[in-house]
Amino acid sequence: MEAWFALLVGTFFTVAIYLLLSKSIIRVLLGVAILGNGVNLLIFTGGRLTRGVPPVIQEGADTLTGSAANALPQALILTAIVISFSFFAFLLVLAWRAYEDLSTDNTDEMRVAEPEEEPAPPLGY
Amino acid sequence: MAVSTSPPADLSAALVLEPVAAADWLVILPVAWCLAIGALLVMLRRPIGLHPFIAIAGLAGLVVIDGLLLHHVIASGPVTMVMGRWLPPFGIAFTVDLTGALFALTASVVALAGGVYSLSDINDSGRRYGFYPFLMLLMAGVSGAFLTGDIFNLYVWFEVLLISSFGLIVLGSEREQIDGAVKYGFLNLVATTLFLVTTGYLYASFGTLNMADIARKAEGLRGTAPLMTLTALFLLAFGMKAAAFPVNFWLPASYHTPRVVVSALFAGLLTKVGIYALIRVTVMLLPVEREELSFVIAVIGALTMLVGVFGALAQADFRRMLGYLVISGIGSILAGVAVGGPGGIGGAIFYALHSMLVMTALYFASGVAAKLGGSFSLSSLSGLYRRHAGFAAISLMLAFAVSGLPPFSGFWPKVMLVKAALDIGAWWLAATLLVTGFLTTIATGRFFLLAYWRDTAGGQGATDKAQIPATILLPLGVLTLLTLAIGLYPEPLLATIQSAAAGLSEPSGYLNSVFPGAAR
Repeated sequence: MEAWFALLVGTFFTVAIYLLLSKSIIRVLLGVAILGNGVNLLIFTGGRLTRGVPPVIQEGADTLTGSAANALPQALILTAIVISFSFFAFLLVLAWRAYEDLSTDNTDEMRVAEPEEEPAPPLGY
Repeated sequence: MAVSTSPPADLSAALVLEPVAAADWLVILPVAWCLAIGALLVMLRRPIGLHPFIAIAGLAGLVVIDGLLLHHVIASGPVTMVMGRWLPPFGIAFTVDLTGALFALTASVVALAGGVYSLSDINDSGRRYGFYPFLMLLMAGVSGAFLTGDIFNLYVWFEVLLISSFGLIVLGSEREQIDGAVKYGFLNLVATTLFLVTTGYLYASFGTLNMADIARKAEGLRGTAPLMTLTALFLLAFGMKAAAFPVNFWLPASYHTPRVVVSALFAGLLTKVGIYALIRVTVMLLPVEREELSFVIAVIGALTMLVGVFGALAQADFRRMLGYLVISGIGSILAGVAVGGPGGIGGAIFYALHSMLVMTALYFASGVAAKLGGSFSLSSLSGLYRRHAGFAAISLMLAFAVSGLPPFSGFWPKVMLVKAALDIGAWWLAATLLVTGFLTTIATGRFFLLAYWRDTAGGQGATDKAQIPATILLPLGVLTLLTLAIGLYPEPLLATIQSAAAGLSEPSGYLNSVFPGAAR
């Protein structure tokens, strides 16, 4: 099961990196979203995958019998989901503003802050 | 696999219900304080006239708290506080050692200077936009990152400071800012996501997120767990946050776009948080792997220095030049991390603290220069010396400090780093450090020559004496004085930094603080 999930996570990362490398800002944004979900899946897989085994300690025992999925990575994922969602929302708005203000969604053409034809520093007085 | 008839667990340690000593609350206070002031500012959304005063008072309080915390740590060693009394390694621990306390104090001084400077840089619309709440939340994130003793918690503080920095960088919503913010936002988000990936792998290998627990378990896992992979990933993630070559491109694309005070705070705080996390993880948690990777880190450091300083030489814009100087400073710090040992790590910490003060002050100076000369551009800035000789003197001191010339704060860490590099026979690293210092002198010297000494030819720009408001002169002057004081009398700071570096390389005090009596 873990091996399949590892492959799935790898696929997520591949797709995400492919999209992140593109010039169009919307595709980059999709890449960010997929990357975040890939990471969440990765942490989820790292916490063991067991079906239908709640981590409940039986009466009279001090520790778990058998192996159950670790609950902590799932708590980490909850945090990460909230954070990555809020960042996605912010970047979505930012991308929209960039499209409105710079009238392009091509990152190659976003050269307002770093103009292509920059003046060289003066060589003398 | 656990058996059902396990021996009864030893609960004695968990059932101690002594209250936390009052002084230990200092560990969490910087974060709680900043969040509380930030929340107060959000609640007082309407009376924006009050914002700066509350925020400056809050930041002054933060300086006091961080100062007390440093005093407490010097007096009684690393201090730990655990959330909800879930004892480590289960609960989230805040552990402060000398390194964390030093960084937190310097950060609070920088933020206070920024708060005062903002009085004349942030207008009503900036206040209505929420500059001050964002500033306090940024400081909560920065303080939390310096003080936490838990890797995942560190990630959370990174995100807190990142989201506040997003708010600050788009303050004003100019076209340039939107452009810079897009690059800043996306690349930093990728960096923190990489950090999260690494944290996931770390938890999967160690089963713990507590830094002290990781440090003591690393030895036993060295044969089986992919620790090199973890270290390399941490290096990439934190290197990206710190703007190390070749993942530095977000910094020069964005740092010159926001308000001057925002640039100054970013230059002083954000990259340094990345470098602090890198030092913490590579030196304290995974020292053997740092040793293995030291050559790679050294090459990255050397390239970062050179890329930074050549970039600075090629710039015709004051603030863009400063952005490249930030990068070049990061390279020097990385060189110290690569060399290791008390000299290297001490030099890296010292350089980071120096860089926080000086880069912030230099960005302030760029703001003043633009106010006096009407531009950030080197081709039109001129005659600043004639307009305000005192400001020219301050700028010259800062230029000396950033180039690593005596008698300013940049000199001593550079001496430490060069000596440490020569001691291990890395002559090329020492040479790069010195060449970088020399080229920085040229870059800043040329700037001084053109912007300060050149006469305003052709009657463009005013030539009469100018006044600089006290709200600008005060933070700029205080930071410069600090730089000078550290340069003239480095002894106490140096001693503290050396014991901080020793505490990182030999973290028994840190471990003892988290696991009393159980450090192995």
